[in-house]
Amino acid sequence: MKRAIITVVGKDTVGIIAKVCTSLAEENVNILDISQTIVSGYFNMMMIVDITERDADFVKLAHKVESLGTEIGVVIKMQREDIFNSMHRI
Amino acid sequence: MINISEVSETNDMIEKENLDVRTITMGISLLDCIDSDLDRLCEKIHNKIYESAKDLVKTGEDISREFGIPIVNKRISLTPIALVGGAACKSSADFVRIAKTLDKVAHEVGVNFIGGYSALVSKGMTKADEMLIRSIPEALASTELICSSVNVGSTKTGINMDSVRLLGDIILETAEKTKDKDSLGCAKLVVFCNAPDDNPFMAGAFHGVTEADRIINVGVSGPGVVKTALEKVRGENFEVLCETIKKTAFKVTRVGQLVAKEASKRLGVPFGIVDLSLAPTPAIGDSVADILHEIGVEYAGAPGTTAALALLNDQVKKGGVMASSYVGGLSGAFIPVSEDQGMINAVEAGCLVLEKLEAMTCVCSVGLDMIAIPGDTKATTIAGIISDEMAIGMINQKTTAVRLIPVIGKKVGETVEFGGLLGYAPIMPVNNFDCSNFVNRGGRIPAPIHSFKN
Repeated sequence: MKRAIITVVGKDTVGIIAKVCTSLAEENVNILDISQTIVSGYFNMMMIVDITERDADFVKLAHKVESLGTEIGVVIKMQREDIFNSMHRI
Repeated sequence: MINISEVSETNDMIEKENLDVRTITMGISLLDCIDSDLDRLCEKIHNKIYESAKDLVKTGEDISREFGIPIVNKRISLTPIALVGGAACKSSADFVRIAKTLDKVAHEVGVNFIGGYSALVSKGMTKADEMLIRSIPEALASTELICSSVNVGSTKTGINMDSVRLLGDIILETAEKTKDKDSLGCAKLVVFCNAPDDNPFMAGAFHGVTEADRIINVGVSGPGVVKTALEKVRGENFEVLCETIKKTAFKVTRVGQLVAKEASKRLGVPFGIVDLSLAPTPAIGDSVADILHEIGVEYAGAPGTTAALALLNDQVKKGGVMASSYVGGLSGAFIPVSEDQGMINAVEAGCLVLEKLEAMTCVCSVGLDMIAIPGDTKATTIAGIISDEMAIGMINQKTTAVRLIPVIGKKVGETVEFGGLLGYAPIMPVNNFDCSNFVNRGGRIPAPIHSFKN
């Protein structure tokens, strides 16, 4: 399975998770895990998603998810999971 | 599975601490392009480079985008041109034609630099080697993306002092020919002892004759990451300090390994090596000198600097070696002056002088790098400085290099602006006592003995 990590950072408002999840659902991307914290009013979320089906058009998908961030005023980043595995797992 | 704090740690390194992959460098052998006809040679060189590297920049950008890691440079290194052009070139002007061909194809494929306008003359110069060396000033003045290097010595062969003496003149001539750009040409010319065949960093990259037809080498960076990690262990003992550097170097190098493997897979070119280097940039916080400061010296150059640099260099290697399946190139901490804001500050504060830099090069990667000196420095003095640095490499079985920039028309106290990754530099004073009787002797310094180490 190919996985990607989506991070969302920004000022906490209503519906951030809903909007990101809706956008992913429209793209038929399955969410495997979500964790989230709020540090002094700042929203910090990480999602692990399955991109096996979307491997070929990863860049297009990432662009869509990230431009959603601009719309709702948070910073969204989508990266392949490998970079984190490389750095943190032997 | 990966957790949120690990993700934040990685992304903080990238966003706040300037973690990047400094370069993906594709090494291309030009040995199969050799021809006795100059036109045909240039055409073959152009076609081979274009075909090999046409997707390099796009692949680098795709990887950067997908993994979220900046890849600052995409570069090409070539078989030393003195070997490739030897059969076709009858004069230095002929070599300049090859340089122009290289510059053209580098622009076409969109790379940042193309290295390998080089000659390997550690024991002696062929006619072609000498013609290439003599063509360097014109080649660097009339092209934009070419980088040149000359290997003038090695532990196995000794030092070719004829070429060292010649390069004193060549460096000054290059400075003169590019004086309208603050002698920028000299920033693209490196003199080496024990040059590695697989170095991905410019200006010294070339594709050695022992290498495969094509290869992908990657150079990592990350002084800012090491510095931030060390801020968290301020005041702790050397054991904690060294462990922290090792762990950080491991993480940084793993990113390089990932990028190298991915680039190799996508381009269908074998993976060569990862160069474990702390390569600074002029960006604030991306400085090796700042790490030395964090370790405990007021400015780079203060007493203790050489020891601090020695431990830093060694721990970076220890941490990095396990993170990559193949390590090579220059691997270590770089201490260029103009490309490192902390080094510039140290020079301006009067703490760092050329002689201290020379001592520092005994224990770290490369050598006297990106140092601006007065434009009226004598060629023999430049040759003398080169010979000192080459001797350090020869005796200590390590790579050393010299990249001096005599800035025509400028004196000590003035500064010079190179722009971009090359940064800016204060002109440093040079010891002007005469060494011409030494460098003018001619011939070679014999190879050193490998026993009785003292």
